[in-house]
Amino acid sequence: MGFINQTLNTKHQTLKKRIAITKFWDRIFLVAGLLSTLVGLVLLFALMADLFVNGFPRLSYKFFTSFPSRFPDQAGILSAWVGSFLVLLVTAFAAIPLGVAAGIYLEEYSRKNWLTDIIEINIANLAGVPSIVYGLLALGLFVYFFKFGESTLTGGLALALLILPMVIMATREAIRAIPNSIREASYALGATKWQTVQSHIIPYSTGGILTGVIIGLSRAIGETAPIITVGALTFIAFLPTSPFSSEFPFISFKWLMDPFTVMPIQMFNWVSRPQHEFQLNAAAAGIVLMVMTLLMNGIAIYIRYRFRMKIKW
Amino acid sequence: MVKELKAEVKNLNFYYGDVHALKNINLPIARREVTALIGPSGCGKTTFLRCFNRMHDLYPHNRYEGDIILYPEKTNILSQEIDPIEIRMQISMVFQKPNPFPKSIYENVAYGLRVRGISKRQVLDEKVEKSLRGAALWDEAKDRLHKLAFDLSGGQQQRLCIARALATDPRILLFDEPTSALDPTATSKIEELIIELKNEVTIIIVTHNMQQAARVSDYTAFMYLGEIIEFDKTDKIFTAPSNKLTEEYITGRFG
Repeated sequence: MGFINQTLNTKHQTLKKRIAITKFWDRIFLVAGLLSTLVGLVLLFALMADLFVNGFPRLSYKFFTSFPSRFPDQAGILSAWVGSFLVLLVTAFAAIPLGVAAGIYLEEYSRKNWLTDIIEINIANLAGVPSIVYGLLALGLFVYFFKFGESTLTGGLALALLILPMVIMATREAIRAIPNSIREASYALGATKWQTVQSHIIPYSTGGILTGVIIGLSRAIGETAPIITVGALTFIAFLPTSPFSSEFPFISFKWLMDPFTVMPIQMFNWVSRPQHEFQLNAAAAGIVLMVMTLLMNGIAIYIRYRFRMKIKW
Repeated sequence: MVKELKAEVKNLNFYYGDVHALKNINLPIARREVTALIGPSGCGKTTFLRCFNRMHDLYPHNRYEGDIILYPEKTNILSQEIDPIEIRMQISMVFQKPNPFPKSIYENVAYGLRVRGISKRQVLDEKVEKSLRGAALWDEAKDRLHKLAFDLSGGQQQRLCIARALATDPRILLFDEPTSALDPTATSKIEELIIELKNEVTIIIVTHNMQQAARVSDYTAFMYLGEIIEFDKTDKIFTAPSNKLTEEYITGRFG
């Protein structure tokens, strides 16, 4: 009897030991995981703090309304933010209709076969293509082939190509979230495909599509490589032609063909100067760019939230 | 057996790809009466119902053989020359789960009319009211016509779907297990409604609930493994079925 009890006891002891060892590793991982998370957070925070400490004193009304200059304390980001805004405008106007139409086609119209499979794989791959490659494509296509020149139009279209896969994928996901019973309800009432798309598919997926578009645009606003490739200027001391004119037809599209610069290029230009004061300008522009990006992401989250509140399947 | 025909199914076979889902079905559909399709899960009753408004045309690899003749003009619903949209404009459907559009109550009912190009406010107003009254929802909905349909209860949503289906003056109204997602009170309301509606429209209803078939229908078809085993007046089916399989099913011995 005593012998059996003893073996049971040792068994129990080894079990206890095992649990202790496993628990020890549990704790090790907890600490390691926490540290890893902190590395990311702390770095980000340090980066932002550095940017703010350096750049914040330079932020003033004048900074937004001045052109770049040889004198660091007079230099501003007027041409850069106007350029960024106009380029994004072109990007949105090109990428939204193309991306949404492609997404709707793939989800609602195309039959599933090898061709759509290939298209699908291609779109997924396009999202991973390095942005400079899009720059090269835009250089060949828009600058040399279509002769759009080194213009706002070219820059906007280059970025549109870049975010097109994102818009297509956001559209498809939003459409896929619509239950099939809604489509059937519409078809059962005698609606055609286009009527169904127009009055149900598009309205109910708008939230998801807008979210994708804005996240795409917030990525586009920070892109530098493709914009440099298509030949944006790094120093520009004038604004593009105003889109509004005093004579008929009051709206002018000449700005599309004007040379331009964008925020990240302006930053790059300042960072590469030897004077310390220009580095401060770059930090200030960095703050502006970051706030713009965060703002856009915030709007995207808000839109998604609003639409989720309205439509619960 | 049937007084006046609204439709007649002749030698209908239906295939999902290689799967032979409906086998040689023949069935008369009586005008302004309720025909119930009953049978165990997977027997093909919903598949059969969806042939009447050509819902199967929405998906690839589906194939019909045979005819469904619509009276009095004797058009063949399944004819490849007829656009399924033309059929769906005349034959409405109410689905298993209430599926209102995330739009207002008014717009839900008006959608079928808008699809037909009707946009005159006055016409729409009248039709919406008439349909909601027809679906016994007017009193509950009249003060909130422009509120979101999703705010209605499940039973109200299903009656809204019936109103939506009625708005286009269908010649046949198809019900696909319309109460399977509803509580008993909502269910009995829908059943009363179906009995009332047959004064104006021919109804075909799929149900897994035999009591429901007995309560609302005039004719009943019992289906099993894609075939119609027995078709007769509902009283006859539930009191003196001639087929042994039917008897076993309605007495609850299988299914």
